[in-house]
Amino acid sequence: MNYDKLVNPVVDKLAPSGIRKFFDVVNMMENAISLGVGEPDFVTPWTIREAGIYSLESGKTYYTANSGLLELRQEIANYTKRKYGVDYDPADQILVTVGGSEAIDAMIRAIVCPGDEVLIPEPSFVCYKPLTEMAGGIPVTIETKEKDAFRLMPDQLREKITDKTKLLILPYPNNPTGGVMSKADMEAIAEVLEGTDIMVLSDEIYGELRYGEEKHVPFSAIKGMYDRTVVVNGFSKAFAMTGWRLGYAMGPAKIIGLMTKIHQYGIMSSPTTSQFAAIEALRSCDRDVEDMCREYNYRRRVIVDGFREMGLSCFEPYGAFYVFPCIKKTGMSSEEFCNKLLQEEKVAVVPGNAFGECGEGFIRCSYAYSVENIEEALRRIARFVSKYIDR
Amino acid sequence: MMDEILRILDKEQGAVNVAKISRMLGKSEEEVSAALRDMEEKNIIAGYKTIVNWDKTDRDVVTALIELKVTPQRGEGFDKVAKRIYKYPQVKALYLMSGAYDLSVMIEGKSMKDVALFVAQKLAPMDGIISTATHFVLKPYKMEGIILEDNEKDTRQVITL
Repeated sequence: MNYDKLVNPVVDKLAPSGIRKFFDVVNMMENAISLGVGEPDFVTPWTIREAGIYSLESGKTYYTANSGLLELRQEIANYTKRKYGVDYDPADQILVTVGGSEAIDAMIRAIVCPGDEVLIPEPSFVCYKPLTEMAGGIPVTIETKEKDAFRLMPDQLREKITDKTKLLILPYPNNPTGGVMSKADMEAIAEVLEGTDIMVLSDEIYGELRYGEEKHVPFSAIKGMYDRTVVVNGFSKAFAMTGWRLGYAMGPAKIIGLMTKIHQYGIMSSPTTSQFAAIEALRSCDRDVEDMCREYNYRRRVIVDGFREMGLSCFEPYGAFYVFPCIKKTGMSSEEFCNKLLQEEKVAVVPGNAFGECGEGFIRCSYAYSVENIEEALRRIARFVSKYIDR
Repeated sequence: MMDEILRILDKEQGAVNVAKISRMLGKSEEEVSAALRDMEEKNIIAGYKTIVNWDKTDRDVVTALIELKVTPQRGEGFDKVAKRIYKYPQVKALYLMSGAYDLSVMIEGKSMKDVALFVAQKLAPMDGIISTATHFVLKPYKMEGIILEDNEKDTRQVITL
């Protein structure tokens, strides 16, 4: 078979290959110390696991409603109201998905038509661009800058808006930079959007992991933004439930309705066991989330200090569990740095350009590891950096 | 800050130094040391202890929980008899309880006989003690919040985005 002629060229061209190779090397390597993981090191709190197990014991092994168990949607609504003061109707404004990723995919497919432009701030999580391309849309990236704390600045947004712009993706708190948008920052963005027909996909999967005085505010809570925003959240990061594959989208009934159709035909319904576990997560785990967040905050301080002591500039992140230090001083590219660091010191970190071209010159380090692990990794990175850097 | 330090000590079971705590909290070492000293003086931090799973060592250690029913004494309540009991080094913990009995004593000894003799010779005859019930610990699963046979290892991929 000549597959090259058969396959969909859009899919065939997806994903940069260089970084993939690096990942394959890393994942094969044994006893490497890693700061490369994008998921919590905590195991899902026992009460949540126990609820999942109990649902299996009680024979809850059937499909649920397409949009998810009503009981779960109700709990999502309660949680969102209690935590952020935003109202969503569980009947038609919430869709339970297979992780936040499926919600992102469904949202993009629900509104993007061939030729539509989708604005994507970068560095950011890797899925927005390929999902846009597969929907026939045109990704238009916006480079956020270290000097702006990796926030999306209103002027940058204004510059990129055309009459083809359909959707803005707001990936905050941000993976890989740890950057956040404050309420005031978001209000400035809202001002630019006011009067346009641009929809917003606010990926708030790290919303619960915020540090410092300011609390997370969903974009839909910003004045005038409710009707144009779909908020994506999930259980993976806040409740340490990555493997359960459960997320959700909340937004205007019309859009959620379209997304539900996509979900219904592509997925049917999200895993039932995970849904039962998630009900318990929302009902009784505020304390666990708080404890995990506090722990991440300790580690965050340790790792930011560590990089600064090496003489690297390291922007202070106020969200998620990543730091994004700049390694330009070493004279190496991101990939070269990561490759050499792996070979010479057996430490795995992720090259910043995996998250967009403007991530070049940076590395992403996760602090979803014990303090001991972080300190050992920092010792090794410091030894490595001191070889290549002129202080 | 006091509360934060206590959380860290509790979580790390005391196995942290001042430098590490100060990095975790973003405070100076002087501030952390001062706070620790203050809490030690006020007996908020009553001590630092290593939690040993004796089953994994060659040393034979037998632990027993003993329920004591006690006649409280006028003007003294249970305190006087409690004091007589906790002065023995074999007594590792002592609590005044609500419910069916009054004092809960945790004893460590070299053998069951050792513990039994202590109960028979020291505790039971003490003034005010009405009865004793001795329960030997067969296997510790979790001590001081630590699961002893925790098999939940980090099985994450080395790199995920």
